Amino acid sequence: MKAVVLENIVKTYTTKKSIIKAVDDVSFSVEEGEIFGLIGPDGSGKTSIFRILTTLLLADKGNARVLGYDVVKDWKVIRSIIGYMPGRFSLYQDLTVEENLEFFATIFNTTIQENYNLISDIYKQLEPFKTRRAGKLSGGMKQKLALSCALIHKPKILFLDEPTTGVDPVSRKEFWEMLKRLKAQGISIIVSTPYMDEAKLCDRIALMQNGKIMKIDLPQNIVNEFGKNLYAVHSENMFTLLNDLRAYPQTENCFAFGENHHLTMKEDDPNKLNDYLKSTGHNNFTISKIEPGIEDCFMQLMK
Amino acid sequence: MTGKTIMKQLLTFVKKEFHHILRDTRSMLVLLGLPIVQLLIFGFAITNETRNVNIAVLNNSKDQATQNIISKIESSKYFDVYETLTSNDQIEKAFKTGKIRVAVVFQQNFQNELAHSNKAQIQIIADGSDPNQATTLINYLSTIIMEYQNELNQQSNLPYTINTEMRMLYNPELKGAYSSVPGVMGMILLLISTMMTSIAIVKEKELGTMEILLVSPMKPALVILSKVIPYFIVSLINIATILLLSVFILGMPIQGSIFLLIAVTILYIFCALSLGLLISTITNSQLAAMLISLLGLMLPVVMLSGYAFPVANMPLVLQVLSNIVPAKWYIIMVKSVMIKGIGIAGIWKESLIISGMTLFFLLISIKRFKIRL
Repeated sequence: MKAVVLENIVKTYTTKKSIIKAVDDVSFSVEEGEIFGLIGPDGSGKTSIFRILTTLLLADKGNARVLGYDVVKDWKVIRSIIGYMPGRFSLYQDLTVEENLEFFATIFNTTIQENYNLISDIYKQLEPFKTRRAGKLSGGMKQKLALSCALIHKPKILFLDEPTTGVDPVSRKEFWEMLKRLKAQGISIIVSTPYMDEAKLCDRIALMQNGKIMKIDLPQNIVNEFGKNLYAVHSENMFTLLNDLRAYPQTENCFAFGENHHLTMKEDDPNKLNDYLKSTGHNNFTISKIEPGIEDCFMQLMK
Repeated sequence: MTGKTIMKQLLTFVKKEFHHILRDTRSMLVLLGLPIVQLLIFGFAITNETRNVNIAVLNNSKDQATQNIISKIESSKYFDVYETLTSNDQIEKAFKTGKIRVAVVFQQNFQNELAHSNKAQIQIIADGSDPNQATTLINYLSTIIMEYQNELNQQSNLPYTINTEMRMLYNPELKGAYSSVPGVMGMILLLISTMMTSIAIVKEKELGTMEILLVSPMKPALVILSKVIPYFIVSLINIATILLLSVFILGMPIQGSIFLLIAVTILYIFCALSLGLLISTITNSQLAAMLISLLGLMLPVVMLSGYAFPVANMPLVLQVLSNIVPAKWYIIMVKSVMIKGIGIAGIWKESLIISGMTLFFLLISIKRFKIRL
């Protein structure tokens, strides 16, 4: 059985000024025991999909099923078998770590002891602070506590909406290691993130933009399909370099990526580019061929 | 789900709510301190009772009769002679200092006129900028002067005299507490049960925790019930403080059955709680919930419940409007039971109205409660 199936889901929001299509005819499915990533910038429709799957929102069109249960008809069943961690920190700031966990364990009809083995990895790190109020935890600790609370009733599927947003790199890495361990226990995980570097940690990913899915595949396949040579160009004056590169007749695509500009060319000849940059008066520039990442693929698809 | 797990969920949730209340010292102070402060303010400080009012006397006669009247005025608990004036133009000056509220002016040759022409004049000048109090003060003064006249009349035997004797039933001493206690009860319970409950529910929406609560297998009705129970208990504590304060500090006895009083109060709390529930289903922010509760409820309670202003003197539109204010009916019931000592037979109509309102609010809330976002 598929963990999650979406068929032609459409969700629009109507405001006074405009109608926004948050989810635009989206279909995909997630296998059991898979880590599936929804990758896309803010406003690409990730949260709406999560809310539809967690039965919190009704889609305008289309069907969705979670472990075979219909999200509209069988909402009661679904609510008892899923774990959900919303995008915002949604625990009680004025309760302690332990009280939060106990509270969520009880309303999900279980106890901390019963499923302690599931969360022990994560909770061990929190235990020294168990009498601290949740509002006084660091960002990474908050997310770990939220994950513990979402896991405490041993859900079959875990929905994590941007769990690592606003979390430091070290905690982010730890967080993903935890997800791997949960996957090993047979829990299907659907996770969204705006960080492209986390995409390769998923089994499969869907690249989303403006409510549409641009591509669904294994991260490696998406990278392999890039199909072009990618160059990182660096010079002393990065701003004029970007304008000059975009003015270069052979440039197909050029974006600023951290400390380099990433470039693909129609006629793939770095030597000609070298001459061109010299003629435009750039000093100390470097042109190096690099492996494309998910972000490069995303930019290429976005065009 | 078995009854045992439901009970456990409920208890845990209620415990959590009490953590919220007890750990937020500011709101706890408001919850438990406000009734005490309000009752004391309305019971002692802001009151229509008149005591020890400063007056000025211009005695143009200075004889036995005027002295007798002045000492009679002064010996009453209502008035103190603040200053003795010597000429007419000092009267207005004395009022302008703001120290006196009333001036009493005796005509010249007061005793002579009284004895020989059977007619003497006293002028009472009151500060009309506060008309209600001015009227009250003039009434008190006239009564005192009438008393003096009656004493004189007893000495000589006049054939035709009509004596009026007044008695204030249920509140012989005209204590302000008799109207402020029921008013404060109506207001405080509405404030705590309605405003705090709606804020507590809306807070979960605002913080995003509602999302998880909805996704949990806990029944929505149970979530609401656990939100309501703590404020019900807080309201009961408040009722106890208010009643203890009013009996032992403000000296206002409970004439009727205390059980009946508590029963109608619990009915009113249910009404206020269901109103709070209704507000929480139509708002999404704590600020909106508070504004609706304060402007939409406090104002009508103060203005239209008959607590601050008598409903009978209002324009017809407001009189009709006052009927939809639950506090109006509650205050009537409290006054009947607490002050007049009336039994259930005298207040069944009001109880029915409040029960009906409660049912109405509950039905709409249940209909509007969303199981989704």
